[in-house]
Amino acid sequence: MPQELTYREALNQAMREEMRRDPRVFLIGEEVGYYQGAFKVSKGFVEEFGPQRVLDTPITEAGFTGLAIGAAMAGLRPIVELMTFNFGILALDQIVNNAAKIRYMSGGQLSVPMVIRGPGSAAHQLAAQHSQSLEAWFCHVPGLKVIAPATPHDAKGLLKSAIRDPNPVIFIEAQLLYGTKGQVGDGEFTIPIGQAAVKRSGRDVTIVAYSKMLLVALEAAEALSKDGLQAEVIDPRTLKPLDLTTIVESVKKTGRLVIVEEGWRFCGLGAQIADSVYAAALEYLDAPIIRVTGEDVPMPYSRPLEDAAIPDKARVIAAVRRVTYRT
Amino acid sequence: MDRADLLSLYRQMFLIRRFEEKSAEMYALAKIAGFLHLYIGEEAVAVGAIAAIRPDDYVISAYRDHGHCLARGSDPGKVMAELFGKATGLCKGKGGSMHLVDAERRFMGGYAIVGGHIPLATGLAFAAKYQQHDQVVLCFFGEGAVPSGHAHEAFNLAALWKLPVIFICENNRYGMGTPVERAIALYSNVAETARSYGIMAERVDGMDVLAVRALTQKAVEQVHSGQGPFFIEAMTYRFMGHSMADPAHGHYRTKEEVEEYRKRDPLLLLRQTIVTNRLGTEADLKAIEREVNDVVDAAVRFAEESPFPEPHELYTDVMVEE
Repeated sequence: MPQELTYREALNQAMREEMRRDPRVFLIGEEVGYYQGAFKVSKGFVEEFGPQRVLDTPITEAGFTGLAIGAAMAGLRPIVELMTFNFGILALDQIVNNAAKIRYMSGGQLSVPMVIRGPGSAAHQLAAQHSQSLEAWFCHVPGLKVIAPATPHDAKGLLKSAIRDPNPVIFIEAQLLYGTKGQVGDGEFTIPIGQAAVKRSGRDVTIVAYSKMLLVALEAAEALSKDGLQAEVIDPRTLKPLDLTTIVESVKKTGRLVIVEEGWRFCGLGAQIADSVYAAALEYLDAPIIRVTGEDVPMPYSRPLEDAAIPDKARVIAAVRRVTYRT
Repeated sequence: MDRADLLSLYRQMFLIRRFEEKSAEMYALAKIAGFLHLYIGEEAVAVGAIAAIRPDDYVISAYRDHGHCLARGSDPGKVMAELFGKATGLCKGKGGSMHLVDAERRFMGGYAIVGGHIPLATGLAFAAKYQQHDQVVLCFFGEGAVPSGHAHEAFNLAALWKLPVIFICENNRYGMGTPVERAIALYSNVAETARSYGIMAERVDGMDVLAVRALTQKAVEQVHSGQGPFFIEAMTYRFMGHSMADPAHGHYRTKEEVEEYRKRDPLLLLRQTIVTNRLGTEADLKAIEREVNDVVDAAVRFAEESPFPEPHELYTDVMVEE
């Protein structure tokens, strides 16, 4: 029987089940142990698994991420919790130069099976250094997989797959998703990496959105349906490798595409998705693809300014109207 | 002192010396490209330290890594083929001079972002401890890496969690062209940096292979006793330039200085020890040198005759495919 869980509880279950299943899996990061996780994702872990497998670290992202990479090279399966992905910038050299490249540089002799997870994107009024959507940075680097689930069910199934994957996986959550609830499949299940999900069927327009923006897109689709516009909403769930097939299939049906992303517009992930869709399905498009993105500014603190910087339902609706010429 | 032991150390050091001289020649002939950092002058550090550990221990190094890889017992032919970018290289030609890896010999790689591999070493040590194995990790780096943030974060974690890692700082006096006095606040005693984290640290004459081995053996015992990491500052010197782009002495040091250090060439010192203690004759040493010359010539032939990687190899090993 499916259970209703929060996104936070779903992540907790996924890690707990995998740590019970495989003694090589351990959790490392700031405040993951006795504090129970800065966002309480690892609640109860140090009590169940002990401090040998649930390691509180000093505030040294490069150091403990590098340590986890070394442990993975020696056959362990680390889960690194970044308190937020903003702090992951400090570990970027370890992730890009070591985790992503060791397999290739060694000619396939070494591998780095690990997960680096934590929240990305803006919450509310955390200002410029704590409100960034950096997924495009990671997607750019060969050797990494990147996942950004939006629902508790997807979060659980994909995190379990990420932990079992033999490669370094970047797993991006969102602070504003942790408290959201949803039906989660019961017991043992995984969701394959690299598989998109059609979250709402429709025939008039395709909307691609991931992480928090999926919820915005679904709200917009609901509102649009009352006006007789049926949007098909697709969540790639895995950003790299991207399931282009599912997106293209939908675009062939609808002929129109809106991509919603919270990150900065210039060189954002949506630009890549649009490029791939143009290359694969140009002749099916009845209108140019429209991107709804974050504004190209450091995130302001003031609420009205912050709201203006992040895509919302109204902007998605406006984009859909434009792409369907119903303005 | 044992004859076979000393002759074996000499052979290993001479192999590195000859291999590096040959690499320079091959670079001049454009058989090897990219960055090439030679280990000439520092052979006693790799050979002495690696002689003190077991085959199942881990070794990890920076970009001046040929010496450590050869001292670990890697096939000189495969190492040379890697420098040539050939399919038969240790890493199928994908790593090159700065990224040698020989997983079978627990040589976990050369890394070319200064200081970036030091956290990896603590991770290898963490894995050993986590699995309750009694391996140690030897982590080589130049003194130029010591002030980096990666190094300090790794020192702190290693000391905090008492990880079985031995940090071996090869203090060759120059980070590229910048002398240690202009780069490290505690330049007169780099080992002090580690002591400030509560890590046991000692300095050793890095030109004396027996001294390096003895101190590493002591470090291994300390680490095995669960007392946590050890830091060795090996005082050495690079006889060649930083890389092939840098002449032997350059603008940052004088020819006289290089000549002065060459008087304490680690191979020369070991030769003297062997001959004065009557553990071997000049003829014995010459015989070793002839044999090693043949090995290195064969390595070059192997590299020369090996094929370049097939075009499809461009796309393999990016990810682990299941």
